[in-house]
Formats: sequence, C-alpha cells, structure tokens
Amino acid sequence: MPAPLAASCLQQNAWICGEYISSRKDMILGDLREHIMLTVVAVVAGFLLSIPLSLLVRRFRRTETTVVGLTSVAYGVPSVALFAILVPITGLTATTVEIGLTIYTLVIFVRNNLAGFDSVPADVRDAAAGMGMGSLRMLVRVDVPLALPAIIAGLRVATVSTIALVTVGALVGTGGLGQELNDAFSTFFKAEALTASVLCVLLALVADLLIVALGRVLTPWDRAGRRQR
Amino acid sequence: MSTWSQFVDYITSWSNWTGSTGVLHRLEQHIVLTVVAVVIAGVIALPLGLSLGHVGRGGTLAINITNVGRAVPTFAVLTLLTLSPIGVGNRATVIALVLFALPPLVTNSYVGIREVDGEVRDAAQGMGMSGMQVFRRVELPLAMPLVMAGVRIATVQVVATATIAALVGAGGLGRLVTDGLSSQNQGELLTGAVVVAVLALVVEAGLALLQRVVDPTRALRQNAGTRGVGFAEAVVETES
Repeated sequence: MPAPLAASCLQQNAWICGEYISSRKDMILGDLREHIMLTVVAVVAGFLLSIPLSLLVRRFRRTETTVVGLTSVAYGVPSVALFAILVPITGLTATTVEIGLTIYTLVIFVRNNLAGFDSVPADVRDAAAGMGMGSLRMLVRVDVPLALPAIIAGLRVATVSTIALVTVGALVGTGGLGQELNDAFSTFFKAEALTASVLCVLLALVADLLIVALGRVLTPWDRAGRRQR
Repeated sequence: MSTWSQFVDYITSWSNWTGSTGVLHRLEQHIVLTVVAVVIAGVIALPLGLSLGHVGRGGTLAINITNVGRAVPTFAVLTLLTLSPIGVGNRATVIALVLFALPPLVTNSYVGIREVDGEVRDAAQGMGMSGMQVFRRVELPLAMPLVMAGVRIATVQVVATATIAALVGAGGLGRLVTDGLSSQNQGELLTGAVVVAVLALVVEAGLALLQRVVDPTRALRQNAGTRGVGFAEAVVETES
C-alpha cells in the first residue's frame, strides 16, 4: 500500500528520498547519460589533440616553452570564464561546453604525455637505435609503452576532473547532472541535489577504477617488475 | 551591434564599474572571499601538513583525500551547503572554498617536509639540533618552495571556485557572468569572464614569482651557474 501523501519524503523535502529516484528515474538516467557523453567526448578529443602537440614538442624542443606556456594559461582560466568567453561564438549549446572541457583535458594530456616521454631512459633509446629501429618504430615499440604509466595517470586526472567540471556546464544549459544541481538550487529540492551529487562522485570513482584496470592490462610488465622487487 | 563592440562599450563605461552590481564591487567581493578562504584554509592545513611531514606519518591519507577531492564537483558542494541549514550566502561559499583549498595545502606542505634530504636532516641532528630546531631552521626553509606552490595552487583554485559560487547566488565576479547571461547582456558577460581570467592569471603569476623568491637554494644555484635540480612540484591541481 502506498504511504499517505503527507508522510512522503518528497513532501518533507528530505535529503534521501527513494520516491524521488523512482519517480524521476528517466530524467536522472538521461542526465547521467548526457554527463557520460560530455565527459567521453572531451576526454577523447583532448587526448587525440594532445598526440600531435606532444610529438611536436618532443621533436622540436624549442616549441616546449610556447606549448606548455599557452596550455598553462588556458588551464589557469576559470571554467565559468572560459564557458562565458565561448558563448558569443558557439552560443548556449553543448558545443560550448565540449570546447571548454576539451581545452582543460588537452592541457592535462600534453603535460603527462611529455612527462612520460621524458621518463624513457636514454640508454633504452640508444639500445633500440643500435638494434636498427627507425624513429616511428622506436615511438611505437619503445617510447609509447614506456610512457604509458604517465599517460594513464593523465587519463585518470583528465577523466575525474572532467566529470566534476561537466556540472559547471549548467551555466550555459548543458551540464549533465549539473542541470539537476541547478534545478535543485532554484527549487530548494534537497533529494535532487544530493542524488545528483552522489551520482557525480560515484561516476568519477567508477571511471577511475576502470582506467586503473585498463592501465594494468596495458602495462603487464609494470606489475611483474614490482613483484620481483 | 557586434559582440566585440558590446564588450568594449560595457568595459569602458565607468558607470558599469561603480555601484552595488558594478565590476569594482564584484572584484572586491571576489578578493575578500578569496583572501578569507585562503587564510582560514592555511591556518588549518599548514600546521597539519607540516607536522605530519615532520613526523612522517599520514602521507597516504593526505594524498587520498586530494584524489577524492578532485572527484567532488565544486558546484555540488556549493548546492548542498546552500540547501543545508547554512543557507544562501557568503558562509556557504567560504566553507566550500576552504574545503577545496585544504588538499593542495596539506599535500604540498607534507611533501615539502618529506622531500628534505635525509642527510641534511642527519647532519642537523649531528650538530646537536633538537627536533624543533631541525624543523624550524632546516626542514621549513627547504620546504618553502613546495609549501608556496601549495599556496599558489590553492589560491588559484579558490579564485576559480569563487566564480562558480555565482551559480548559487553568491557575490563575486561570477555574478557578472550569470547576470549577463540572464539579462542577455553579452557586454557584461564578457567583462566578467575577462576580469576573472585576468585576476586568476595575475594571482598565478604573482604567486609563482613569490615561490621562486622563497627558495633558499636559489642563490646557491645561481652562483653555481647551473639550473640545478630544484624541487619537483607535487601535481595536486584539482578542478578549476
């Protein structure tokens, strides 16, 4: 038998409310899906853009100051300001949010890719060159595998911070679960605020665990080495 | 009228800079919020991080808290605090800002002390220094660049977070952005965005400079004519 209306947690505006979740399941799942899509696109786009940039810097060391400097400046701009600057160009759209998020992930990836490449020992590269490896084979067979731990670390930071940052997209109307936070604030709806917050954190933790697992699969030698020691 | 000329018109009219919703008042609110939050966070975090570093305990905990902190959206914390009995306004904002400033401060001051060369510490003890003397005259000066890096990261973080506070009705420069959006005034929107961005970059650059000034090994390295190894900067940046 359903509980009488007066006692319902929705009426009481309780923080934790099963009735809220069951009655708004479709909206919550829709926003969660949007949140995941915004994150995935920004992370993938940032990563793809970071590859030519990192290779450029590695090839022409003189470009490092410019690239790292520019990306640091972009990273220093608060998200609200970055989204706002894009509004006159791309409007109140998902594109605005995606461009902003991608700029932040790009910075994280460039930094970590470069740190990864720097961590490749010079003698290993010498040995590879001595074995007759060309620069492309060296990149694929030596540099990228040895830089993977740093690249994966970048992927973790980029993903987790993007999931948190997506919420600010609510400012321009596309914020995934941030949309619910915005709505919860204007209607003083506690269950909506807490549910959206918890989902954001859970999403970030699940994504982080998945990437850690991916890293283990991609760098099996790393674990083997550690066990020997 | 183009967006650019709207922006130039807005930012160059003095009347938009004065009054209770003017740029200057919003800038003042932003700076006051930032300073109050950084000072409170510093008073809590620095003694904690430095003493944990001195005794060499709790490092994993500090770093884990930093990682979890990165997963928590600022906007979510602001909304939850605003809907809690704390209510709308500066109190909720300051609490949120302090929470997000704590992790880089604790982590960097902890790592700063831990990174001090063990041999230097041994030498100081061998000279007969007490634990407190080692801390004040050896560990603390050598840890200063990293501690200052923490202060820089935390302050930049707070400047950025204070902007998000406008989404839950708090003051500060973010209000120019939210007010500009709701009144479809692109001049105000862009003015807010540009002033916040400039403030964040100026704070970042200023504190980066200060970080270099407090490095006690700077003069040494310059005399030796080498760049030196310097101090690795702990990567503890979170959402901005």
